[in-house]
Formats: sequence, C-alpha cells, structure tokens
Amino acid sequence: MESYLSIPHLLAVAGDEKIFGWVTPFVWYSAIKVLVAVGLMLTMVAYTVWVERRVSAFIQDRIGPNRVGIFGLLQPLADGVKSFLKEDFVPGHVRKVFFWIAPGIMLLPGLLSIAVIPFGSKLGEQDMVIANLNVGLLYTFGITSLSVYGIVLAGYASNSKYPFLGGIRASAQMISYEISMGLSVIPILLIVGDLNLGNIVAYQGGSLWGWFIFKAPLSFVIFAAAAFAETNRLPFDMPEAENELVAGYNVEYSSIKFALFFMGEYASMIAVSAMMATLFFGGWTLPFFGLDQPATTWLGGLLHIAIFLAKTCAWIFLMVWIRWMWPRFRFDQLMDLGWRRFIPLALANIVITAVVLWLKA
Amino acid sequence: MESLFFYLFAALAVVCGILMVANPFSRNPVTSAMFMVLTMISLAGVFVLLHAYFLAAVQILVYAGAVMVLFLFVIMLLNLKEEEKRKPGWVRMGFGLVSAGLFAALLLRSVAAARNAPLETAAATVDGGVKPLGLLLFTEYPLPFEIMSILLLVGMVGVVVLSKKELK
Amino acid sequence: MVVAMGLEQMDQYAPVLMMALVAIAASGGMLAASVIAGKRGHRPAIKDTAYECGMIPIGSNSARFAVKFYLVAMLFILFDIETVFLYPWAVVYKDMLTTNASLILGGMISFMAILAVGFAYILKKGALNWRE
Repeated sequence: MESYLSIPHLLAVAGDEKIFGWVTPFVWYSAIKVLVAVGLMLTMVAYTVWVERRVSAFIQDRIGPNRVGIFGLLQPLADGVKSFLKEDFVPGHVRKVFFWIAPGIMLLPGLLSIAVIPFGSKLGEQDMVIANLNVGLLYTFGITSLSVYGIVLAGYASNSKYPFLGGIRASAQMISYEISMGLSVIPILLIVGDLNLGNIVAYQGGSLWGWFIFKAPLSFVIFAAAAFAETNRLPFDMPEAENELVAGYNVEYSSIKFALFFMGEYASMIAVSAMMATLFFGGWTLPFFGLDQPATTWLGGLLHIAIFLAKTCAWIFLMVWIRWMWPRFRFDQLMDLGWRRFIPLALANIVITAVVLWLKA
Repeated sequence: MESLFFYLFAALAVVCGILMVANPFSRNPVTSAMFMVLTMISLAGVFVLLHAYFLAAVQILVYAGAVMVLFLFVIMLLNLKEEEKRKPGWVRMGFGLVSAGLFAALLLRSVAAARNAPLETAAATVDGGVKPLGLLLFTEYPLPFEIMSILLLVGMVGVVVLSKKELK
Repeated sequence: MVVAMGLEQMDQYAPVLMMALVAIAASGGMLAASVIAGKRGHRPAIKDTAYECGMIPIGSNSARFAVKFYLVAMLFILFDIETVFLYPWAVVYKDMLTTNASLILGGMISFMAILAVGFAYILKKGALNWRE
C-alpha cells in the first residue's frame, strides 16, 4: 500500500494536471538520473585529474599535490576555483566565435556518451541506465565521432601554427582509430546479436569466462588500443606531444577555456573506461554470489553500481599507469598501426568469429 | 508532445540549413560547415521521431561525424579565402536559379502527392531498429548490398587516383 | 508488439535530449562564470601575438598541411560506411544462420573480399605510407 505522501503518488497527482501532463514519473526519474550522472561525472573528472597527478608522482618517485586538504584531496576544488578566477584572455589574432565554441563543445561528447551505459541493474523499480536505447552501441560511436569537432575547431580558431597542426593531427588520429574501434566490437555483436548495451552486459553474466575479454580477446586488444588513441592518451598523445607541439591545439587558451579542454579529455577517458567495463568486463555484473542477476533489493542495486564504478575506476587507473610505461609513438607509426595493422586484424577477427559461429550452428 | 518536437527539430534543421548557405553575419566556409553539422544533427532528431533509430544513429555517425570532418579538412586544406570575396557571376547565378527551381518543383510535387495520400501511411508502423532493417537488407535486398561494396571499391580507387600526384 | 516496443524506444530518447541540455548548460555556465569571475588584465601588444615558444612569430599564422590528411579523411568515410553496413549484418547473423546460412555468410564474405581488394590496392599504391 502506498501512502498519500509517497513520491510516486505525488508525481502521479502532478502528472494528472493538464499543463504538467508531460511530467510523468518517467520524466522525473530521468531528470534525477541525468543530474546525478552529470554531477558524478564532473566530480569524477576532477578526481581523475587528482589521481593522475598522485599516481604519476608515485610512479616517478615524487610526492605530488598533498597540501590542499588531507592527501591533497581538496586540490581539484582549488584548481577549479583558480581556473575560474584566472584572466580569461582572448588573443587578438584568433577567430573569436570559434575560439569560444571549441572549449564549450569539448565536454559534450564525454558527458553524452555515458547516457546509454548501464551503470547498475535496478534501484527500486528504476533501471539504472539513463537511456536504454536499442541502438546503444551505435549511439556511443556516433557521439564519439563528434568529439573531433572540439579539437579541430580549437586548432582552426587559434589561428596559430602549433594549435593548427595539433588539431589536424588529432583529428586524423581520431578518425583513423574510430574505424578500428568500430570494427573491433563487431565480433561481440555477432555473438550477442544485439546493439543494446544492457543486453550485452546481461549476456556476459553466468561465469567469468562469459566476459568478452576472454571470449573475444583480439577485439579487446584492438578496442583498448583504439580507446587510448581516441582519448589522446599516451602512448598516442600525438595532438599534445609537449616536446614537439608545445601543447597542441590548446596552446592559445587560458583560464576556464583551457580547463574545459582538460575536463573534456578526462570526461572522454572516463566514458571510454566505462565502455570498456561494459563491453569486455561484464558491466555491473560479477559472476559470483548471484551478482549477475538484476538486483531485487536496494542494497543489491547499490552494490551493482559500486561494482560498475570499481571496474571503471580500475580502467582509469590502468590508463594513468600505462602513461608512464610506454613511450610515445611517432605520427607515422601511429597511422601505420591504425590503418595497416589494426584494420586488417579487425576484419580477420570478424571473419574468423563469423566462421566459428557458422561451424557451431 | 511528439509533434512539438517534430516542429522543433524541423525548424532547427531549416534554420541551420538557411544559415549554412546564406548566413548574413559571416561568409566564412567553416561557419557554413558547422551549420551543416547542426542541420545533420537536427535531421537525426527528426529520424528518431519517425522511429528510424538506426538511421538516426547512422546520420550522426556518418554524416555529422565523417562527411563533415572531410568537408572541414577540405576547407582548411584549400584555406578558402577567395570564397569570402567572390561575387557570383551571371552564368553561375543562372545555373543556381535553375537547379534551385528544379528542387523547388520536386518539393512542390512531393508535397502535392503527400496531400492526396492517406495520412495513415505517414505514421510509423514498424520499429526502425537494427534487427528489422538487417533482416530486410539481407533477405530482400542482398544484391544492392553487394553492389554497395563495388561502389565503395570504386571510391577507394578514386581516392588513390585523384591524389596520385602527391604519392610517389 | 513491435509497435509498442517502438513507442517505448521513442521515450528513451527523452533523457538523451535532457542530457544534451544539461551538458550544454554545464559547459555554457562554466564559460559564463569565468567571464563574470575572471580577472581582467591589460593587454599589451606582446600578449596578442601567437605563441611560438616565446619567439616572435614567423610568417603567416595559418599553417598549411599535407594532402595526406585529406586522403585519410576520404578513406575514413569509405571505411566508416563499410562499418555501418557491418552492424545490421552482425546483429541478424545468428538469427539468419539457422534460416539462410549461405546467404548471410556468403554475402558478407563476398562484400568483405571486394573491399579487401580495395584495401590491398590502397596499401600497394602507398596511400597510407606516412614514412616518406
């Protein structure tokens, strides 16, 4: 029995009104999920920067930021405030409108691509995914393909040599690896027969060997490498390449605009880690203690969210770690790897998977 | 609610389309290209309202994410400055008017045809997801699909031949 | 059933739109906040020059780039379209293996074989060779 003061009841009453007819509980819950997800994402971005700095320092036998708050935990806050208060300088030689738009759209792809990722099973009655799209995976790739614009426009808007070169290089790199990324997941689709990410996660339940890292290892290798290239992380951080392009496409930027590029990169790094956890590591499931079934209790629901976040964070940590383990590729090596190695490899992977499935059927 | 969103996205597509070809504030080709990207994204919204979800995703992936990137590259490669100054000549104006007139005739004809057709056909009855589309493509139209691969092959050869001067 | 599923799917796009609006508001808000809160400095002429590692900029600001990038963008579109065709194929593959295996497997293998010829041609002509 529901009490009259329960939220669903109040929402239903509000939903009866003619004017607010469109404000159904679905809209309310979606709005809550969207706001929480964006808030969490921005917090995670801030703390990923902190993790990056601390882990980098640890690997290089330094200390890293430890002054602001305990363990330097308030450092992201200080950095944020600082970037708002800095002088927001727009140099005279830039193309003004694009100079403003480019950092503005940098953050969007990273935030938007998490909309289809199931970050838990159920919390109460609600599915823990913002938008349960049937074309989920294609949506993610579509949004990822738009992330080129922020960088290319920044390079163009800066009207200066290094940013321009950085922007063009970055976009060539991103579009090249987009193909390997798109091709690498097709074996998974062959096995699952669905683009919906929720179903891909559900398929991986059961046993540890159901995870696609074991079922489609080659897909995983190509996807992981492409993920590093798409997010411009070392060993593929060609667009930034401090020692040849000084900092690439964001050289002419200062204040919050510079911070937005930074945040955009970390947001897409988190998004790609979440994708990796979803596609290859079973998403919110764990093959033990019946944790691969949708939760029936609130505690179980929260546990699933925690599992998902733990897997995502493990990947973020790995991405930071790899940064200090691998030297940077040269641009020709990068293009070579993407076009002449990964694309044939991914195509062969598809054919082999298809033939194996055919033999099994 | 749906029709509201339809008008929103359709209006956005039309406005961005107009701004793409005749922007009163800027004759910069990059601005035009960016408005074209917005048009593509609005069209994806229209596709979603038509239940053509696969098409919507592909619209963003291929048109907004790939074709427009090429456009931007071409614009930047050529470093188009003369476009900003060039005045249209009479011949060019004539051709433009003729092709615009043809398009207008086509549009009017389809609108007229749609007015006589029963309204029910316009509403979506099938889910335009990936599965129905795939089944249709591989059971009804496998031949056009194979011809597509030849078209892509021709495209690849064309790319190489066109840029041959640059390659040794 | 199919229609009902379709309508349900449509609802799922509302949160995507919300997400887009919230994301745009977030980044727009941050840009606006820095305009309000940011420090205002004076602008000497040197600050207005393009950054070239602290040297006086040489020549025009607009760099030109290799035609190779343009080639990559064109090939990218072609392969992107190929990938897009592979998605519906991959999704229906398992279903059609039981009903019409030769068509679904043979159709795709011939599709990929034709494209492999194109890929081999590109490699042979050195279009993807960045080491000059």
